[in-house]
Amino acid sequence: MARLTLRNVKKRFKETEVLHGIDLEIRDREFVVFVGPSGCGKSTLLRLIAGLDPITEGSFHLNERMMNDVAPSKRGIAMVFQSYALYPHMDVYENMAFGVRLMGLPKEEIESRISEAARMLKMEELLKRKPRELSGGQRQRVAIGRALVRKPEVFLLDEPLSNLDAALRSEVRLEIAKLHREIGGTMIYVTHDQIEAMTLADKIVVMNNGRVEQVGSPRQLFEKPANSFVGTFIGSPKMTLVDVSRSGNRLGIADGGSVPLDELPDKTPHLKLGVRPDALTVKREAEDGFTASVVYTEYLGDDSYVYARLADGTLVAIRTHPNDIFEPDEAVRINLNGSPVHFFDAESGQRLEPSAVAAH
Amino acid sequence: MSAAAEKAMAYDNKGILGTLGREGLLQIILVANTALMLFPVVIMIFSGFKSNMEIFNQPFAIPDFTNLTNYVKVWTQTNFARYLFNSVFVTGLSIGLILVLGTMAAYAIARYEFFGSNIILLFFLAGLTLPLKLAIIPLFILFRDMGILNTYWALIAVYVAMGLPSTVFIMTSFIRTLPRELEDAARMDGASELRIMVSVLLPLCRPALVISAIHNLVPIWNDFFFPLVFIQNDALKTLPQGLTSFMGEYTTDWGVMFAGLTLAAAPITIVYIILSKQFINGMTSGALK
Repeated sequence: MARLTLRNVKKRFKETEVLHGIDLEIRDREFVVFVGPSGCGKSTLLRLIAGLDPITEGSFHLNERMMNDVAPSKRGIAMVFQSYALYPHMDVYENMAFGVRLMGLPKEEIESRISEAARMLKMEELLKRKPRELSGGQRQRVAIGRALVRKPEVFLLDEPLSNLDAALRSEVRLEIAKLHREIGGTMIYVTHDQIEAMTLADKIVVMNNGRVEQVGSPRQLFEKPANSFVGTFIGSPKMTLVDVSRSGNRLGIADGGSVPLDELPDKTPHLKLGVRPDALTVKREAEDGFTASVVYTEYLGDDSYVYARLADGTLVAIRTHPNDIFEPDEAVRINLNGSPVHFFDAESGQRLEPSAVAAH
Repeated sequence: MSAAAEKAMAYDNKGILGTLGREGLLQIILVANTALMLFPVVIMIFSGFKSNMEIFNQPFAIPDFTNLTNYVKVWTQTNFARYLFNSVFVTGLSIGLILVLGTMAAYAIARYEFFGSNIILLFFLAGLTLPLKLAIIPLFILFRDMGILNTYWALIAVYVAMGLPSTVFIMTSFIRTLPRELEDAARMDGASELRIMVSVLLPLCRPALVISAIHNLVPIWNDFFFPLVFIQNDALKTLPQGLTSFMGEYTTDWGVMFAGLTLAAAPITIVYIILSKQFINGMTSGALK
């Protein structure tokens, strides 16, 4: 059992406040991913949960127990660091044994835990090696193993894949997902990579500028982003935000054409239209739609992405059939293809729910 | 041969730098320097095997190395063994204290954020600029009042004070280069601050510790000035000071003197060689990622 509750958690370094009141509920056995751009405070929040930095204000409870002033090792939490932080002068066995020895476990227990972790992570033959004799992926596994042997209730992983090359990254990502299923602890994972977040998480916490922007399942975040930041952060290529004005059931750009919609938010004359690449079509000749000029086409095999500039200068990405190759500077018309689009308030960027527009 | 051809040949002559290259020239300078440095040492060792007469008649001749009379004399007829013990004791304890205290201070300055940490570092650094010999009279009065004049502690106190600034400086900058995540990892593992320092930090600091040790070892071992002022009791004298008593007012047994000097220089040379090997090993094997 591990339930984490954060209430109005704030962190100040001297005068600068880096976390402005975080409220968060994490359930037992949940795989939670903190995601956000660099400097958004996600690693800081992780360090507060680990106990490596003190919480300035607010409270953190683990299973109803106040943890603010409990030492890191007494919280039942283990952490995998971004640089792995393996002790360079100890071999793999010693690296894993260091923590459990300090827990005061009997010798047989230590040995059985280490051999179990080594078996689970397939590194039995590495136990006598020093960290410098290991490859990046092996070091990563040792770092996870070191956390594993402590049998913690909560695992914290701080950007564990950022030092691996692309091919290894997806492999280790799968291993982490598998590990979570096998050991079943609560995992908190920090990353700036939204693909890692989408593929691993039960629940994603999107952070920006020391605030939580939205908490939800990957599907919720993708389909119903709470604001324009979440909308553009989740999904690749990212969602385009177009500043549009409403007139009847049409949304238009000044001197840049307009598109018709069946559902629109009420009453707001100005708003932001959020469209993902697969919600758009691009045509050379069409009566209707936004006018745009092609910047370049990205050919990816399965798909092509056309990047075009609208009349107001916004760069928009459109997914097309791979055989539709558009030349730079071609004049095109861009239309909606009926897939869901998102509306955000022009000033606050908050999500606006649409409703059916009465026919004119 | 025409003047033009001669001129061309002069241009073809590449000069020393051209023939040997930069590296070659450097080697020659280094070899010459080594010879120059080793020459007095060799003369010292040679003279240790000679009688007074031989030293004055043939100062550069190669001696009979089986003739150990001088060495036997040094060990049996002088207080040499006592001086050697004093030197080893004072130097060893001083270096030990310097490393322990210096590392602890450096760890705190490098890792804990507290008010005035920079001022403390600057205070230590100020010690580097202070010639301790200038303070000899106040030190003398202080030690007299503390009642440690004419004891080992007077020397050890001065040497530790002398060694701490450079050690704190070296260790602070070294500890700052070590990744903080290592300590965080140890903290998550449940290690106390002392355990982190002993089990994680110290093994990684070995190269810097060796630098500090070498840096302090030689001046302390060789120091003549402070024992001269603080120590009157013959049984407490260190080697450099004790060896001067071999010089008589009217006659000096130079052979015994050089044998004593050779023996005095031997331990420090050996330690230096061992430590520099360690130092080079440490430099190449400490890599983390």
